[in-house]
Amino acid sequence: MSKKIRSVLILGSGGLKIGQAGEFDYSGSQAIKALKEEGIRVILINPNIATVQTDLPARGAQAGKNLADAVYFLPLTEQFATKVIKKEKPNAILLGFGGQTALNLGLLLAEQGVLSKYKVRVLGTPISTIRDTEDRDLFIKRLAEIDVQTARSKAVRTIQDGIEAAQVIGFPVMVRAGFALGGQGSGIAGDQKELEQKLTEAFSSSPQVLIEEYLLGWKEVEYEVVRDRLDNCITVCNMENVDPMGIHTGESMVVAPSQTLSNEEYHRLRTIAIKTIRHLGVVGECNIQYALHPQTGDYRVIEVNARLSRSSALASKATGYPLAFIAAKLALGFTLPELKNSITGSTIADFEPALDYLVLKVPRWDLNKFENATSRIGTEMKSVGEVMAIGRNFEEVLQKSLRMLSIGAPGFTAQKDAGGKLLEEIKEPTTRRIFALAEALKAGISVKKLHALSKIDPWFLEKMKNISDFERSLSRKDLDKYTMLKAKQLGFSDAQIAKLKKTTEAQIRARRLRFAIRPVVKQIDTLAGEFPAKTNYLYLTYHGTENDIERGSKGIAVLGSGPYCIGSSVEFDWCNVQALKRLRAEKKETIMINCNPETVSTDYDESDRLYFEELSLERVLDIIEFERPQGVVVSTGGQIPNNLALPLYEHGVPILGTSPKNIDRAEDRHEFSKLLDRLGVSQPAWVEATTPIKAANAAEAMGFPVLVRPSYVLSGSAMNVAFDKDSLIKYLQRAVDISSDHPVVISKFVENSREIEIDGVASHGKLAIYAISEHVENAGTHSGDATLVLPPQRTYLETIRRAKEITKAIVKELNITGPLNIQFLAKDNNLMVIECNVRASRSFPFVSKVTGYNFIDIATRALLGKNISAEYRTVELDYVAVKSPQFSYGRIKGADPVSYVEMTATGEVACFGDSYSEALLKSMLAAGFRLPKKNILLSLGGEENKIKLLPAMQKLADMKYRFFGTEHTAAFLEKHGIACMLLHKISEQKEPSVLSVIENRTVDLIINVPAKPLARETADGFVIRRRAVDLNIPLITNRQLAEAFAMALAEQKGNGLKAKEWGEYLS
Amino acid sequence: MKLFLKDGTVIEGTSFGAKTPSGGQFGEVVFNTGMVGYVESLTDPSYAGQILVCTYPLVGNYGVPSPECFESSKIHIAGLIVSEYCEKYSHAKAVQSLGSWLKKSGIPAISGVDTRALTKKLREHGVMLGALSENDKPRKFLDPNEKNLVARVSVNRKRTYGKGPIRIIAVDCGMKENIVRSLTRKETTVIRVPWDYDFTKEKYHAVVLSNGPGDPTMCAPTIEHIKKAMNAKKTILGVCLGNQLLALAAGAKTYKLKYGHRSHNQPALDVTDPGKCYITSQNHGFAVDGKTLPKDWEEWFTNANDGSNEGIRHKTKPWRSVQFHPEASPGPTDTAWIFDEFIDELNRKKYE
Repeated sequence: MSKKIRSVLILGSGGLKIGQAGEFDYSGSQAIKALKEEGIRVILINPNIATVQTDLPARGAQAGKNLADAVYFLPLTEQFATKVIKKEKPNAILLGFGGQTALNLGLLLAEQGVLSKYKVRVLGTPISTIRDTEDRDLFIKRLAEIDVQTARSKAVRTIQDGIEAAQVIGFPVMVRAGFALGGQGSGIAGDQKELEQKLTEAFSSSPQVLIEEYLLGWKEVEYEVVRDRLDNCITVCNMENVDPMGIHTGESMVVAPSQTLSNEEYHRLRTIAIKTIRHLGVVGECNIQYALHPQTGDYRVIEVNARLSRSSALASKATGYPLAFIAAKLALGFTLPELKNSITGSTIADFEPALDYLVLKVPRWDLNKFENATSRIGTEMKSVGEVMAIGRNFEEVLQKSLRMLSIGAPGFTAQKDAGGKLLEEIKEPTTRRIFALAEALKAGISVKKLHALSKIDPWFLEKMKNISDFERSLSRKDLDKYTMLKAKQLGFSDAQIAKLKKTTEAQIRARRLRFAIRPVVKQIDTLAGEFPAKTNYLYLTYHGTENDIERGSKGIAVLGSGPYCIGSSVEFDWCNVQALKRLRAEKKETIMINCNPETVSTDYDESDRLYFEELSLERVLDIIEFERPQGVVVSTGGQIPNNLALPLYEHGVPILGTSPKNIDRAEDRHEFSKLLDRLGVSQPAWVEATTPIKAANAAEAMGFPVLVRPSYVLSGSAMNVAFDKDSLIKYLQRAVDISSDHPVVISKFVENSREIEIDGVASHGKLAIYAISEHVENAGTHSGDATLVLPPQRTYLETIRRAKEITKAIVKELNITGPLNIQFLAKDNNLMVIECNVRASRSFPFVSKVTGYNFIDIATRALLGKNISAEYRTVELDYVAVKSPQFSYGRIKGADPVSYVEMTATGEVACFGDSYSEALLKSMLAAGFRLPKKNILLSLGGEENKIKLLPAMQKLADMKYRFFGTEHTAAFLEKHGIACMLLHKISEQKEPSVLSVIENRTVDLIINVPAKPLARETADGFVIRRRAVDLNIPLITNRQLAEAFAMALAEQKGNGLKAKEWGEYLS
Repeated sequence: MKLFLKDGTVIEGTSFGAKTPSGGQFGEVVFNTGMVGYVESLTDPSYAGQILVCTYPLVGNYGVPSPECFESSKIHIAGLIVSEYCEKYSHAKAVQSLGSWLKKSGIPAISGVDTRALTKKLREHGVMLGALSENDKPRKFLDPNEKNLVARVSVNRKRTYGKGPIRIIAVDCGMKENIVRSLTRKETTVIRVPWDYDFTKEKYHAVVLSNGPGDPTMCAPTIEHIKKAMNAKKTILGVCLGNQLLALAAGAKTYKLKYGHRSHNQPALDVTDPGKCYITSQNHGFAVDGKTLPKDWEEWFTNANDGSNEGIRHKTKPWRSVQFHPEASPGPTDTAWIFDEFIDELNRKKYE
């Protein structure tokens, strides 16, 4: 290792978005560990406040072993990175640990001469190699030098060149945007018209687009490759996509190791991978993707990602090999033979893991949160999370993984809402193709036919058929010991068997245990048992007769948060990791249960025993019966563990903290409502209805608008706001399965009210610490989509006092011990409670990092019965922090990018400032917003919006911004003396039209506030918003946010936004 | 069908290969951790006399291709043990299922075994004698290593490949086909000879000592021929068993490893080029004791995990050998350069 490196700057990946998610918290955190081990000062820029990597040592503590020394919650832009580099003067920089965002920023810093000016060395893979892998033409050229085949393709910079290239290669062609994360702007173009459309989109986010040979149906195989500076090169893992070419690897089910490749194929591709990576000169970790012809064995290299990726996180969890950690060490100059395999503790890192199990990754989509979004999947990534199942046959991992998704699927089973378009869904895949396959097999459609339609290798289809065949036979069979074992070996859950045998899950479990059929605990040891392993990275399987480890007796189990999805993301993993840290600090043996490969909580060294397993009642009970823990933590992993609290408690499992009966009282709408009534706390009126007519009558009685919350959704988004009786009935008939089993809840929607939230920790019914945040947006924007401010800027002290009082009363009534979150509506000095979660909430990392008190650390101590009372200063802060939502609308074709009652944000960022305005602007920039240079398009629906925004627009006008406005907005501004160029409606087909200033990029900010956003208006408003997203033009659609933004911009004009590290604010 | 181990362990499973002989099918039970390559392993003569446990749980996925892809003409293992056997294979090159091949070849196989538990047992106790049987426990366990396995698997007469000027003797102690494929080039003639054939009477420039099964000390005639070739200053390359034979010819000793190396992921450090490490394919139960090498010899490679010898070479003469398999098949091809270097060296000598 070079002795000169004393400080290293790491670039993070920012807010979680589709294509770039929690996996980079894992890679960044491991990089920090690797660097700290060498005594290097670590500086991190990442505005993602909900990550583990952005933790600092606790107040007053010495430097943390595995934590950064300076954390900058700042936008990942050239401007801010330069400020940080100038200030911190790091010796070196790591670009490979923050996804495409960090890589692109690093390339920019190098191009602009920032790195050379401040003498910052790029560690690991050199910039020139990164360019060779990112620029498609260079890439193809470099691989041709060593006779490695790439897909026939041409890089183009204009639409005309694109069309010509396609004509040479022949339609259909694959369109791929260079420099894009998760295949954004990619797709298949069947003809010239489709190609033109694709190219227009692709060029909006990338200067270069690739037209490629179309390889539909070829097998898709990946290798994770590691290389050191001495040219030692290994492949840590290979993976095979169950869904072949044509579906983005992030959208595919992926199995590791490959299942259908022969030795010759496996090693031919492996050899090419090593040859290619050596030629390119990667130092550290990278990923290489292939297409492999299923008949001829011909191959094409599709791409190389010269950085840690989603696949490398998966490979790391699949094999136990700490890829990111090793990659960081190699970047520092270590060599592979010098590094230990930390799983065995005795063997070296220069080896290739041998698996004696297989893993299956399945993506999790949330497209039903978006109205109008198409559920077709293809070459662009749309999934928001993933799960990984480990087992010893394919049937087992397939059924496990489908349950892990937490979408209500009991396994590989035909679903209730399968439509008649079965074969079409298999051929033109949608997010529910796997269930369509289950249904098709159930209907007796042959593997041959399904292969022809889906191109999925028959090997996988045969395994699926095994499940289907067994399912069919089970209802006829006597459930004897042999049949029971067979069912469990094919991955059937007790609940699945119960349904087929028309009995209860509990009865099947009892019967199974009478047969002494239990899963065995196996270790993941990277060497298939060849050497004794030290770590306890574990999974359960029914293909075994022997446990690898001794039963436990005194651990504490923490239930994880499951797959990332909209509404439950990295923030809960942060909470889990904090809980584990505190438990270990208290000398407790920790047991972690989780199934999400993108997490830090599933790193082998975060807990004493890691079960990479289902978070189902059955599996958690299996583990608990084996481990006999002293206690189970259910309050740090979000809703999945929260829902398990009561059933586990009923099985006699010791739950730490608030009694599950009281958790249930807060969850049960009727109970909680009664409780609030008794405490004299107001709440919006609500009614439960079992028919559309009853619902409509109830709504009329309380007065429209109302919020509709169905318990079972057929399609489209779950929650809705109805403004009148007709739309309510129409919605209930179209999208909701309403019955006495599935009632809908109708509640009064309080217009023009504001929202505030309290996050707190209590012990024995006494509130010990709390933080209060306010939303910038009015009620109607889901709290996960809202901009949060801490400390509150506009909330009256009296309101704060009242909120605290209500919180204390609820805490006392539910005798809460541990974390809690209460959401309030505030209108005209009236405070109403809308929700209470007796668990950690999404905003726990935010309030912890802003106040400087780790709420989960305190909560965990409370769970252990420690005294947590102390003086906590959380209200009067000398700075302001703002948390902004991170959206991924660009990925969700057809979705209306307007905030709504249903959450659509995929992530969040937060920034600090000396003032509210500074924090707000930084936070918006961190979420991908860009400040306007000159021209702003205004389209304000309704009179109220126009009047209320007038002062803000005046401020913008004073700053010499030029306005373009739609008909009424322009007229309104002119009337009030503000110049505004009139734009014609799209339908008028007259220039200048609202569409042309967007398409020509005349405007660099669009403020489009719908008159009634919740009424889901369409027409021009939708087109404006959608084109803004498609063409990557900053867009504001909320009145309160528009106002706050304009005021902040005016206040900050001329002040440079500061690059201060987190510690500077706290001290 | 049941697997009986010498320590009294009995494991029951489902038969998917041939029926066992009435007294049971005997062998030394060993495990291999490769995730692909069952076709190559089963036809590797080095496995003669061994009952193979695959640690990767799914076996048979891609079926069995036509014989030109084999490492020898037939299956050499005594029996096969897997967790799950896949009858419905899927591969363009497959012509039959693994089960049908095993049946036709008369080799018994058993599935439904906790192969990880079995592997751990072998790791703790060392390799063990065992028997596959449909009947009761065998009274006595036959030890295949007591027989000269090399004699059983070697070719019985000389065969020549290629027409090049460089004449290479390939001593077949159970040689994998890919060694022949790796050596056969435009400039070479490969003369494949039986294990005990006195090749020193042939016209030749170099000798390659192949892989093979069992205890190297059984191959006394081969060792004598190697000594003669050394005296004649011929270029020598040994592979696997060939490493042990060369070591014995040089005067060093060999010993039996507790449970051998059978995998595709063994890291071998190049002692002569510090910092270099190769991922190698291995299949051996015996090893060279590096400490017993005479002074004019040196260790070439060592195993990065357990320090055992992975190759030797003479400090001045053109004699070297490796314990791993540069011909791969199955496994990684990262050390194929060893054949290239060997042939380059012969090329430089400009044989006519």
